Amino acid sequence: MLGARVVSYQELMDGLFYTNQDSYGANVVRKRISRTVFSLCCGVALGIAGVLMQAVTRNPLADPSILGVNTGATLFVVIGITLFNITTAGEYIWLALIGASITAVFVFGIGSMGRGGATPIKLLLAGAATSAALSSLVTAIIIPSAYAQDQFRFWQVGSVGSGNWDSIKIFLPFLIVGLLIAFISAPALNALALGDDVATSLGVRPGILRAFAIIAGVVLCGAATALAGPIGFIGLLATHAMRFVIGPDLRFLIPMSALAGAIILTFSDVVGRLIASPGELEVGILTAFIGAPILIILAKKSKVRSL
Amino acid sequence: MKNQSVEVNFIMQGMRQRRRRWLFVTTLLVILAVVLSSAMLLLGNTIYPVHIVVRTLLGEEISGANFAVNTIRLPRMLAGVFAGFAFGVGGYVFQTMLRNPLANPNILGITSGSSVAAVFCITVLHTSNSTISIAAVIGGLATVIVMYLLARGGTFSIGRIIIIGIAIQAMLDAVISFLLLKSAQQDIAGAIRWLGGSLNGSKMSELPPLIIVVLLFTPIIIIFGKQLGILELGEQMASSLGVSTDRLRIILIVSSVFMIAIATATTGPIAFVSFLAGPIANRLVGVSSSNILPAGLVGVNLVLIADLIGQFAFEYRFPVGVITGLLGAPYLIYLLIRMNRKGEL
Repeated sequence: MLGARVVSYQELMDGLFYTNQDSYGANVVRKRISRTVFSLCCGVALGIAGVLMQAVTRNPLADPSILGVNTGATLFVVIGITLFNITTAGEYIWLALIGASITAVFVFGIGSMGRGGATPIKLLLAGAATSAALSSLVTAIIIPSAYAQDQFRFWQVGSVGSGNWDSIKIFLPFLIVGLLIAFISAPALNALALGDDVATSLGVRPGILRAFAIIAGVVLCGAATALAGPIGFIGLLATHAMRFVIGPDLRFLIPMSALAGAIILTFSDVVGRLIASPGELEVGILTAFIGAPILIILAKKSKVRSL
Repeated sequence: MKNQSVEVNFIMQGMRQRRRRWLFVTTLLVILAVVLSSAMLLLGNTIYPVHIVVRTLLGEEISGANFAVNTIRLPRMLAGVFAGFAFGVGGYVFQTMLRNPLANPNILGITSGSSVAAVFCITVLHTSNSTISIAAVIGGLATVIVMYLLARGGTFSIGRIIIIGIAIQAMLDAVISFLLLKSAQQDIAGAIRWLGGSLNGSKMSELPPLIIVVLLFTPIIIIFGKQLGILELGEQMASSLGVSTDRLRIILIVSSVFMIAIATATTGPIAFVSFLAGPIANRLVGVSSSNILPAGLVGVNLVLIADLIGQFAFEYRFPVGVITGLLGAPYLIYLLIRMNRKGEL
């Protein structure tokens, strides 16, 4: 109901239930429905991607944006825009997925080298460094092309404003696949939290499990990034909020984080539309503002201090 | 007794060797910088021979050459030299002080702080260049103060500082994106080019603040930098040797933030120069805390080489920051891999 133009209750009802009504307000409502559904989907995807990455790496700071996976997706999309003139979301999504997976493998590879495996600080640094490296590539690619610059400027911030039924249709298969893998692997991931040895003795094969969970995480956040642009910190926020409320059991944590991700993202979007009215504040900006302080608080907490 | 004097001799010899190597490397870097800056003056759309360039610099009127050399190439070269020096020195001080090559103004978000302030001035206030410089310095210092306040308490841990830096940077980058998104089309191209770090369009009138700050703070950093080595021994050791660590830190941080912020205001954040200069200087001279001057000179050379590459190597003229980014990024990853292997994190 809320936004740059506040619609009346009557108009809301028209838009929802009387499809033959064609007032301006009713159309606004219909546009906002698709936008809301889209932001709920993205939130679910990002929330679950966050839980999965944290579970796999046993690392409380893991989040697609912090690990640089978003930048990987960005780079490939930008290459697609400038070099291959790709314009449709259906093609974006595959490029973003490829970029996200390559980056994820790369960052985990670097982060888990050396003693102690993938500690939070090592992964974080690997992610930040990779992000920095990839962003300079992105700049190099977009600077000669005014067209790409203009496209990129809007995509780069992360916004659900472009969400319509078509993008939801493209998104849905990826969302379902990711969700299924996440739910199926939840009990096994619980075992993994006890350590590789315990997990193996419980009949779990850590390597395969990790691979599946990472693929699911990458699919979810890569697809969301392709359609909405890089929206940061949702996974981090959702997972930590829910872990605080319901505890670390992944069987509950995964659905709850999905819910929390959807709520946080949609809420941020609504807030962004309201505080910057008559324009709007893109949701990626808002989540960075809410998420970054949380990261600082986590960094100050005793668990991470030992690093 | 005899053994001891042999040992002392050995150490003295080592020191003399170091000193010679330091002098040798520094001289070499100066020569290289002179060659590169001459190249910056000579090369361009029209290549002028040396004697014409010298005569224009001395103030003679030669049609065409005068404009190209004095109005375009000279300020560009000077901006590159002084900004490169400032980035090099600033980065080196941070890396040495925090005892970690990853701890540099880029990663800690200080350049982002300056960038936010400068972009705000460019796109919203449309202010003059001197205001942009002041704003950038304030932005950089504010970021450092916030980081210091957040990192305070508990034990001093590099990991924590870096995480806080990354978080602050995420917020600041969001602000920059927001400013870019809301600004008018005609301001955007300028802002984006500035954000990438560029010597294009450097004007003589923009240079004085940069030159003054570099000339003012370099001696301060060199004087206090002598105690940097003591700081490297660790907090307790330093205070037992009579060095006031807090005061030393504050002086060094404020001076290097001034240098970096003013350079950022003039040329934009030229990526990775502050990060690369220190390790390269250490590699050339040998790891020590007296490499301030070499680090600055490496910074100069990096910026000049990158700008020459950016201007002439491709069909499209890339701003210098893109080239340094492409050169620096692989090194950053290599460094990370090496540190991980050694278990230094």
